[in-house]
This record gives sequence, structure tokens and C-alpha cells, in this order.
Amino acid sequence: MSDKNNQNHTGKGKGKDIDHATGIETTGHEWDGIKELNNPMPRWWLWVFFITIIWSVWYWVVYPSWPVPGGATLGTKGYTQEGALKESQQEIFARQQVYLDKFQQASFDEILNDQELYRFAMTGGAAAFKDNCATCHGAGGAGQTGYPNLNDDDWLWGGRLSDISQTLHYGIRAGNMDTHLSQMPAFGKDKLLSREEIEAVVDHVMFISGQVKADSEHGAQIFAQQCAACHGENGQGDREFGAPNLTDKIWLYGGDRHTVYETVYNARAGVMPAWKDRLDENTIRQLTIYIHQLGGGEQDDMAMEEEAGDVREREDNAGQL
Amino acid sequence: MSLVEKHQKLERNSVILLIATTIAVLIGGVVEIIPLFRTETQIKPVGDIRPYTPLELAGQNIYVREGCHTCHSQQIRSLRDEVVRYGHYSIPAESMYDHPFLWGSKRTGPDLARVGGKYSDDWHVAHLKEPRDLVPESVMPSYSFLMKKGAKIDDLGSHLKALQSLGVPYTDEMVELAQQDAIAQATGEARTDTSGLAERYGEKVNARDFDGQPHIVSEMDALVAYLQVLGTFVDFDAIKDVEDEAP
Ligand code: HEC
Ligand code: HEC
Ligand code: HEC
Repeated sequence: MSDKNNQNHTGKGKGKDIDHATGIETTGHEWDGIKELNNPMPRWWLWVFFITIIWSVWYWVVYPSWPVPGGATLGTKGYTQEGALKESQQEIFARQQVYLDKFQQASFDEILNDQELYRFAMTGGAAAFKDNCATCHGAGGAGQTGYPNLNDDDWLWGGRLSDISQTLHYGIRAGNMDTHLSQMPAFGKDKLLSREEIEAVVDHVMFISGQVKADSEHGAQIFAQQCAACHGENGQGDREFGAPNLTDKIWLYGGDRHTVYETVYNARAGVMPAWKDRLDENTIRQLTIYIHQLGGGEQDDMAMEEEAGDVREREDNAGQL
Repeated sequence: MSLVEKHQKLERNSVILLIATTIAVLIGGVVEIIPLFRTETQIKPVGDIRPYTPLELAGQNIYVREGCHTCHSQQIRSLRDEVVRYGHYSIPAESMYDHPFLWGSKRTGPDLARVGGKYSDDWHVAHLKEPRDLVPESVMPSYSFLMKKGAKIDDLGSHLKALQSLGVPYTDEMVELAQQDAIAQATGEARTDTSGLAERYGEKVNARDFDGQPHIVSEMDALVAYLQVLGTFVDFDAIKDVEDEAP
């Protein structure tokens, strides 16, 4: 190459073109008499450049990088994102372990009586509630139409620790073997009652809930035949079927005439998802305690034996409804 | 001649520079692209992944059309906080049959990779109709029109066929019965025979009237069916052993 080549590019004659003022060689480019100095790259910049090259070679060796048939080079450090996750989880587990060891073994009663464990449960429960439950039950657990208030002592399926634990594990109408299950018939849609009969029984519901003064005799009869099996003779509800109390001021769907009519006509079947497979056991226990302490928790003599909550036990306690 | 001077030659001859640059870019490109042709070596096989049913596919189309992915990601990263909030991190096999995959890169709303089963159908319907009815501070738009619009199901067969050509394991029978399967899934066991659907896509398929309007296959049916199945294919307790073996 390259005298000739050089010549083409610099457009100058042979040899170097030195700038007089600085004594530095020019690139040979010239614009209206202004020339470009051919300063070398700053030394620090070059060093950084060389170091990045060395660093990349180190990276190839240490971390997974080059694709090869059947996968990629694994690197000497054995790094995986899964591994990194496990490590960072271990760190938290280690910190929680102080409580977890005791927490896992303690019965609900022991937790309630141990300040530290109780705080641990409430903090974890509150956080898990925000992530998983607030969208249905409201940020403070106050509920909304169709989603029960968890702050009060009006329970559909029971407010003892064991009941709540059962509800959380298996959900309500959640399509698993152990879920709470019951189905109010759609009296209007499925033509079990005529419109007049529904009007009458709604009148009776308005009466027992204290919204009107006059009862409907006909309505009371229908109620005794059609509704009492689930809602109780006096309409006070039955937790075995998750049938709400119809005599109080707390309504899941609404207590005005129109809404009650709609409920009886079409029936309702609120679904609460099961959490057994979504949340780990400790979180469910924390949540159970959190919900219990929100305000409406009921005493449970059997909490010790009945950790996971067993529906059959409830029958023994049916009397205390 | 020093190294610097040699380099000058490269810089000063445009043809040589062009060739050298091309080679450098090619090496970089090959290293990045070739592994993508061999994804089967990167994806740990997990038995339970099935392709979407036709109705779920219709739902995915609506998800794309409405731009849900501009606010919702579908990838739980392997970071501690995400795993606590959303559940097991996403694994490659889970989006194996997604065309296009909907990992997304923006989270105005929560990640949806495992939203399946987290809520009831009623909740999804009410939430999509008017998010603020359930979550007062929500900024998610309302999609109430999905209730009234019939889902586009007459062309689902061709859709399945297109995916088949991309390697999604739809059988010819599935392609042929796509529309019928979509209707069966949105109608549910109570009102129609869903045994064929279950045979083709597995017993776990959710077949029910999702939107409370039993007589039409609305876009709401399709979208909720899609949401309810997200992240539910893999039983992570069952594959724990596989994972622990992994390097
Ligand atoms: C998809 C919405 C939804 C989500 C999410 C949800 N719930 Fe529920 N929950 C319901 C509905 C609906 C009911 C009432 C079901 C019925 O009608 O019997 C209910 C009932 C309950 C009950 C029983 C109340 C009683 O009176 O017996 C408890 C306890 C409860 N939920 C706690 C929780 C907790 C804790 C979480 C979070 C882990 C949660 N729920 C998440 C919808 C939801
Ligand atoms: C098979 C049991 C069953 C029978 C029979 C039954 N119900 Fe119900 N009812 C329920 C259940 C369970 C619920 C709660 C539904 C839910 O949680 O989504 C309910 C809810 C209601 C509600 C809504 C309460 C609220 O808080 O909003 C009303 C009102 C009601 N029933 C009235 C009646 C009347 C009137 C009859 C008789 C004509 C009747 N029910 C018969 C089980 C029954
Ligand atoms: C403007 C951004 C935006 C768009 C577009 C959007 N969302 Fe959302 N979405 C949100 C926000 C914010 C939340 C959290 C508040 C809430 O629950 O409403 C949310 C929550 C959700 C949730 C509940 C997730 C959970 O785990 O609690 C679902 C499901 C959902 N969106 C589905 C959709 C679907 C389906 C679409 C498309 C039809 C969509 N979103 C479009 C912003 C958006």
C-alpha cells in the first residue's frame, strides 16, 4: 500500500503534514483552511477499552455465555438465575426462621398468646391480604356487594380460626373436593315459585329484616317450606349452607325489595377462590389470624386440635350458632 | 509499524473497513441468533403444557387487540419480591405455544402470568366492565362492550391451522372442530356436551358459561376463559424434583 493510497486520502503530498502551531500531525482533512489534528485517543480511554475486552473474556469463562450444541457454556461459577433467586430467598428465610420455627409448630392459641409470634402473623397477614384479597374484600376488608365484610362478626361460613382456615384453604364453590358448597335454587328462573309467590316471600323477608311492619302470611308459609331448610326457621341463617342471616341489617347482595327479589328469582352463588395451591401454609396461617383479629373473630375451644379446620367438626358446634 | 499504525490502514481504506465491520457484525449476530433456532435446547421440557383451546385463543386475540399487554406483563421474573407477590417465576415452556408471546415490558397493572384461578369469573366480568367498581383507585379502562360483542369464532379453524404450521401441536381434528369446541367451552357442561372438548384438550379445561350470558359466545367469554387459564398448566409442586436437579 501505500504511499499512493495515503496520497489519495490525505490529498497531500508525500510525508506527514505537521501543524505549525502545535507541532501535531494533521489527518490531512482540510475545510476552508481549517485542518483536523490527528491527536491520539486519550490514554485513559484506551485503557478502559482494553479492560472491557479483558473483562469480557473473564465473563465468558465465569458465567454462562457461549451457545454450544445442546445448550450453552455453563461458566465456572455455576451461576443460574434460579440459583440466585434461591440464595436471595434463603437470606429472608434465615431471617424469618427465628419466628418460623416456632410459628410452624405453634397452635393458633399459642400464637395468639405470644406477642412476638402474633406480631409476625399480623404483619405477614396484612401484607398477603393486600396482595391477594383486597381486590375482592376491599383494602380494609370491608367488603362490597357480593364480597363479604370481614371486619364484622356476621359470618357466612363461620368465624372461628378453624372455620376461617378451612375457608381459605379450600375456598367457597371453588370447584375442589373440600370446598364449601351449597346452591340456593333459582326460584324464579327455574320456575319453582310463581311471581306472586316470590313477591309474597320477599314481603316476608322484608318483614323479618325489620324493614316493613306487616308480615305476609302467605309469604311466611312459603318461607317455611322453601327457605327455612337453609336460612333457618326464623331466617337467622345457617352456616352449614353458608346461608346468610336475613334478619339483620348486614346484606351480602342488598336488602332492598328489588335486590331481594332478584336474589330469589335468579339465586346467588358467590365464589371465593381456594388458596391452598397459591399460598404456602405459613402465609395461610398468618392470614387466618389476621382475618380473625380484624374484628369478628369467634372463640374456638378446639383450635388446638383442629389446625387445618375440619368441616365435620362444625356439626358438633352447630348449637352455638 | 506499530499496532496503531496498522489500524490506521483499516480506518483509512473504506473497502477494508466495510469488510471488517461486516465480519464483526456477523459474528455478533450469529452468536445472538443461532441459539434462537435451537430453543428446544433452552426450554426445559415440562409435560403439562397444552396449546390453548380455540376459545382461549379467541380470548388471546382480544387481549392483543385491546392492548392489555401495554399495561400488563406476563412474565414473573426470578426475583424474590416478584415470586412472593405473583407466585413461581415463569419458565420458558409456559409460553412455548404463545404466538405472539405476551411477556410485555410494562406494568401499569399487575403481572398476569398466573392470574388464572386467582379470581372468580364473576369478578373478572365485573372488573372488566368497570374496574373502579371493585378497585376504586384503578386506572384500568372499562371494557363493558365485550359483553355485547360476539366473539369471532368462525375463523378459529384457520387460526389453529396457522399455529399448527408454526409447530403448535394441534391435531387435524382440533382444527376441524375448532368452532364447535369454542361454543361448547363457553356454554359449559350444564347445557351442552363437552366431552369432546375434554378429550381433545384434557379434563382440566374450564368449560362453563363465563360471562353469565349462556346463549351467546361473547368476547367476554373468550377473554375470561383466556385469563382463567393463564399460568395454570404447570403443577410446580410436581416438577420440584426436576428443578432441584437443574444446575
Ligand atoms: C374473587 C374474589 C375473592 C378473593 C380474591 C378473595 N375472596 Fe374471600 N370471599 C369471596 C366471596 C365472594 C366470599 C363469599 C362467598 C359466599 O357467597 O359464600 C368470600 C368469603 C370469604 C370468607 C368467609 C366469610 C364468612 O363470612 O364466612 C373469608 C374468611 C374470606 N373470604 C377471606 C379471604 C381472604 C383471606 C382472601 C385472600 C387470601 C380472600 N378472601 C380472597 C371472594 C373473594
Ligand atoms: C339450598 C339452600 C338455600 C335455600 C333453599 C334458600 N337459600 Fe337463600 N341463600 C342461600 C345461600 C347459600 C345464600 C348465599 C349466596 C352467596 O353467598 O352467594 C343465600 C342468599 C340469600 C339472600 C341474599 C342475602 C344477602 O345478604 O344479600 C336472600 C335474600 C335469600 N337467600 C333469600 C332466600 C329465600 C327467600 C329463599 C326461599 C324462597 C331462599 N333464600 C332459599 C341458600 C339457600
Ligand atoms: C391503562 C392500563 C391498563 C390496561 C390497558 C389494562 N389494564 Fe388491567 N389493570 C390495570 C391496573 C392499574 C390494574 C390494577 C388495579 C385493578 O385491579 O383494577 C389492573 C388489574 C387487572 C387485573 C387484576 C390483576 C390482579 O392480579 O389483581 C386483571 C385480570 C386485568 N387488569 C386484566 C386486564 C385485561 C384483560 C386488559 C385488556 C382488556 C387490561 N387489564 C387492560 C391497568 C390496565
